[in-house]
Formats: sequence, C-alpha cells, structure tokens
Amino acid sequence: MKKGLMTVLVLCVLALVAIPACAPAEPQVETIKIGVIGPMAFVQGEHHWHGAEMARDEINEAGGIKVGELMMPIELVKADSNEILSVPDAAAAMEKAITVDNVDFLVGGFRTEAVLPMQDIAMDNQKIFLGCGASHPELCARVAQDYDKYKYWFRVTPINAEYLAQVNFLILGMVISVVKDELGIEQPKVALLMEKAVAAEPLVQAAHMYLPAMGVEIVGEWRPSPTATDVTAELSAIKDAGAQIILTYLSGPVGIPYAKQWGELEIPAASVGINVEAQKMGFWNATQGKGNYELTMNMYARVEQTDKSIPFYDKFVAERGEFATYNAGTYDAIYIAKEAIERAGTLDSDAVVAELEQTDYLGASGRMAFMPNDTAVPHDIVWGPGYITALGTQWQDGELVCVWPPLGEAWEGITYEGTVAYELPPWVIDYWKAD
Amino acid sequence: MFEAILINGAMLGGIYALLALGFSLIFGVAKIINLAHTAFYMLAAYAIFTSAHLLGLSAIPSIALSVVLTTLIGIGTYKLFIERVREHETTVLILTLALALVFQECMLLAFGGHFLGAPSFVSGYVELLGVRVSNQHLLTFGVVLASLFGIWVLLSKSKLGIAIRAVAQDREIANLMGINVGRMCLMTMAIAVAMAAISGAMVAPIFVLEPRMWMYPLIMILAVVVLGGLGSIKGSVAAAFILAYTETLVVFLVPVGSFIKGAVALAVMVAVLLIRPEGLFGVAFEEERL
Repeated sequence: MKKGLMTVLVLCVLALVAIPACAPAEPQVETIKIGVIGPMAFVQGEHHWHGAEMARDEINEAGGIKVGELMMPIELVKADSNEILSVPDAAAAMEKAITVDNVDFLVGGFRTEAVLPMQDIAMDNQKIFLGCGASHPELCARVAQDYDKYKYWFRVTPINAEYLAQVNFLILGMVISVVKDELGIEQPKVALLMEKAVAAEPLVQAAHMYLPAMGVEIVGEWRPSPTATDVTAELSAIKDAGAQIILTYLSGPVGIPYAKQWGELEIPAASVGINVEAQKMGFWNATQGKGNYELTMNMYARVEQTDKSIPFYDKFVAERGEFATYNAGTYDAIYIAKEAIERAGTLDSDAVVAELEQTDYLGASGRMAFMPNDTAVPHDIVWGPGYITALGTQWQDGELVCVWPPLGEAWEGITYEGTVAYELPPWVIDYWKAD
Repeated sequence: MFEAILINGAMLGGIYALLALGFSLIFGVAKIINLAHTAFYMLAAYAIFTSAHLLGLSAIPSIALSVVLTTLIGIGTYKLFIERVREHETTVLILTLALALVFQECMLLAFGGHFLGAPSFVSGYVELLGVRVSNQHLLTFGVVLASLFGIWVLLSKSKLGIAIRAVAQDREIANLMGINVGRMCLMTMAIAVAMAAISGAMVAPIFVLEPRMWMYPLIMILAVVVLGGLGSIKGSVAAAFILAYTETLVVFLVPVGSFIKGAVALAVMVAVLLIRPEGLFGVAFEEERL
C-alpha cells in the first residue's frame, strides 16, 4: 500500500515537471528595458514613474522604438531609490537595477546627494542615465572633468542650480518691480530663506553676489533644515527684519509648514523662489489655502511652451489627479532616448551617447538640447530663450497659474499663451501702504 | 527682537512641554521609557487627518475620535507587548522603538510618503507685544496649561492619582497596601498615550504630517525629560522651555544656523548634565518626583 502510494506521488511530481516542459515556448519579445529610479513612496518618484508610463504607453502603442530593422517595445523597471530617507538605499537600488534587472537605460534620480553615487555606479557600468530631478552643476561638471567615464550621463530636468538661480532672479526681478510700483518702496528688503541642502548653495552664493546690484538690500539669511516642521521663529525674525520679499529655496517638506505659517501669520513679505511642495496640487489642501499667493519656479503649467505642453499637462492631471512636478520629465527623457536610439540604429551605449549629444527635441517643457562638450557643464539641459525657460507659477485662489515669463513679452519677447499677471498678497499691500 | 524671542520661545516651549508630559508621566510611574510615545502622537495626527479630511468630521468629534482610538491602540500595545517585558528595561527600550518603526511603516503604507497638512481648529493670529502668534499656537499653549492643571488635580486630589503616586514611590509597598500595581501601570499608560494623542491634535496642524514625523519630537522629549530630571514633571516643563528658548535664540541671533537649532539645544542639555548629571530637578527633589 505504502509502495503504491509512493509510486503515485512520484508520478505526479514527474507530471508536474514534464507538462510545462512540453508546453510550446512562448515567443520572447525583445524589449528595451528602461529603469525608472526614484523615491517611489514619495511624489517625486511617483511622478518619475507616471511620466515614464505615459511615454511608454504612447511609444508602444505606436509600435515601439525602431532599432535598426527591429521594432522593440519599452519595458519599464521600477527601482525604488528611497533617496529621501537613505542615500545607501539609492546606491543599492541602482546596483540592483543594473546587475539584477539588467536595464538598458536609466531615467530618474532626485536628491543630488543620492544621484552623485548613483551616477558613479551607472557610469562604471556604462549605462546611459538621464537625470530627472537633481540640479547640482557638479553632475555635469564631472562629464567635463572625465568625459570617458561620465559621458553616459545627461540631465534632462531640471535646469541646473546656476540656471535655477538666474530664473529665480528674473522672477524676483518681476516681483521687485511690482513691490516698487505698488508699494512705492525704492529699495526693497529681501530675506533669504533657503534650506540647508547641497543644491541650495549655488543659489545662496549667487544671491549675495547679484541681489545688491538689483537694487535690493539683503536683511538676513535663514537656513532651516529641509525637514523642519516649524519655521514660525524664522518668519517672526524675517518680519522683525522689515523684509518686503522672502526669496526661498525649499525642496523638502519644510515648504508646507513654511507656506502655511507664512499665510496664517500674514507675514508682510511677498514669497518668491523655489518651493517644490508648492508645485503640487496637494499643496492647497496641505496648507488649507494659507499658501495662497505663494510663487514658485516650475517646469509645467497650463501654458503653451510647445504644442505638446498642454496635452501633456491635461493628460497627466486626468490620469493622476494632480499636477505634474518636474520629475515627470521622464516623459520627455524617454522620447529623447527613443529618438537618439533610432538615429543610432543600435542600443550600443557609445553610439547612443553620440546621438544624444545631437538632441534637438520639442518636448512638453520646451525645446530640449544638451550643452556641448566644450562647455563647463556638458550634457546639461540648455536653458534660455528659445529653449527651456522654466516658469514662474503662483497660487491664486486655488489655481496654480503661470506668471513668468511675464505678460507683455517683457522678457526676451516671450509670453506663453495662458499667462496671467502676478499678484501681491493683499495683506502685504495693506501693511506697507498703511506705513 | 526681545519680544519676538520671548513670545516665540514660549509657544515652542508649550509644544515641547505638551509632547513631554505624557512621556514623563509613564516613566515616572511605571519606569517605562516608551520610545513609541511620539509614534502615538503621529497615529493621532493621522487619525485626525483621516477623520477631518476623509470622513468630513468637524474639530471636536475628530479630536475625540482620534484620542479614543489612539488610547485604545496604546492600551492594546501595552497589554500585548510591553507588560510582558516591563521588568527588563533594555528590552522595553528596543521593543518600543521597534513598535514605533512598525507604526511608521504602517502609515507609509496607508498614506504614502506624501507630506500632508492636518486641519487647524482655529485660524488667524493675534499680536502679543507686537509679535504675531497663530491662534493654533495659543490654543496649544492653553491646552498645555490645562493639561498641567489636570495632571496636578489627578495626582494630588483623586484616589487614582494617589494610587499612581504610591506605585511610583515604592511598587512593593504599594502592592502590599493592596494597590493593583499592574492596573495602575496600565492606567498610567492609557493617560500617557491619551496625552500623546492630545499633542497630536494640537501640534499636528502646526507641523506637517509624514510617516517620520515622530522622530525629531522623540529626540526633543528625551532631551526634555533627561534635562528636567527623569520622572519629574515639573522638571520636564522647565526643561521644555529651556530647550525651546535655546532654539529660538539660535534662529534670531544666528539665522544662518537655524538648521542646527535642535543640535544647539541638545548641546545645552549635555552641558547642564555634565554639571548636574541627575538633571535640573532630579534626585535632590525625590519626594516630589511627580
């Protein structure tokens, strides 16, 4: 009896093994594996992923990427870098994406502190990595310092921190003009409120160099932690210092309590600069509307930078129920990679790099090209009129609207369709005009 | 500037005192260093966010629901995990820290890493000595005062409070006197967690909600109770204001260093402990430890 039972058992096991082996093999479709690496539990990584998904779906629906004679669909691989919480996690995620998931290309990255080591790992493995989040110029300066090693890196978004500073100052210049005109203050006072982070340092240095020449007085520099939860004391100190304008650089969660407390206390200073949290649809609810009139630099708004901008914006909002942050630039990054691969006719990294360097692509955020190899920051996204300009967006009564480049083509003859006028917070006007 | 430092320091001190009160109570009575204390504060904050934003409840029902729910979770945590290892201090430390991390991951799973805002119960501001103070900050300060009064009434005027103090003074004798020590520890845990939940209700609208929001307050309340003297509520309140004023002074006098205001406050704590290792109101005031 026992022997019979054992025989039946062995036959069943053999059958279980044999049946799949006899089944006809499914045809293996060759895909181009693109690793999307970012902090997936946070909005930055979520937007990396969703921007990439949108590009993948559109490209695959159209047949895929033409590599020589072959049409290859895109396969996305999600790699959670967890870089907001842990830089070592980011390095481990990059290693896994390359050595275990065997990705062909990579897009993403957010925190400069994490992207620097991730970049090294990708370069050591000669994997093309299109950055979609970190702004420090060092990432592209490395390409100039050691081209053979770092040539596989290209920054698609955002514009680098020095360009961010220039745009910030242009937007600030607009606010300064409004403060002078509406409040009658000849030399406005500016407080710098910039989180203590690597990417903020170029902006801080640039502020000290250029703001006095713009006809303003810097009344103080406050450097809260990117994860600070209460900046009431800083705001009190800024009010005490008599500032009419607060120039911000806030990429971390501090952007929410800052805006909420600024609006709650009606600090009599216009807030302008970079506040990544203010780029998100959830900002309005998170600040309970107290973030009204907050002005932040942005890469997307519902304006026509190119004919792809508004369709991309509307589709993203429809599919995700929120605005796209600049991390959704993985959408353009994948299209840029597609065109370079098709021109190269191969997936060979060196050949694709050569074509990426020739990129001239009209994307959702503007005309995209990379800085040439004989510059200080090769492979960096080009900024300027006719290329990526970035935008200034302001919250006005629950809507995030574009206010820069300003109306009237006042900057380099550029005004995008859909732009509105910048508004000073009414309490700022009341406070300073009462004086 | 002096007025701004005075008022801002007082408001921040109120926040730290409110966060530290329950922690100081559970340590003083049950000798439990509950490193999950601020995790309960986090749970309450998320509970308020859920009830206000997702269920549409108004302020009072939101607070009541979150305090009750968090307290029940606290009691359950104590009965299931902490009570069994209560006599082993190191085990309690590690266990409660692990529980805090578990709660963090649960919140990360449920809400993601998004930074959320809990609704303020009172909006607007007033001007005190020319300094703008949000009404939510003032409400928090009022709740601190009410909580201190409530604890004083509980511990000095009620039978439960007297039993709690007896257990704090000498567990064995209290047991011999017929006091159920285990039940007193449970009651103290419930009160401490309820206070953490009230902190969440008052403080969360000022700060930002995210799964790691319990970490920095934990460091500060540990500093507060150590500086004040372990088990001394009076000491905890004093220490809360000392650390708060230190942070505020950094922001006003060295604004470029505002990112290390917490570290400076902790350095002050270390300096005091080097001179007085038992803390400000430590062993010297044994008879009024609570």
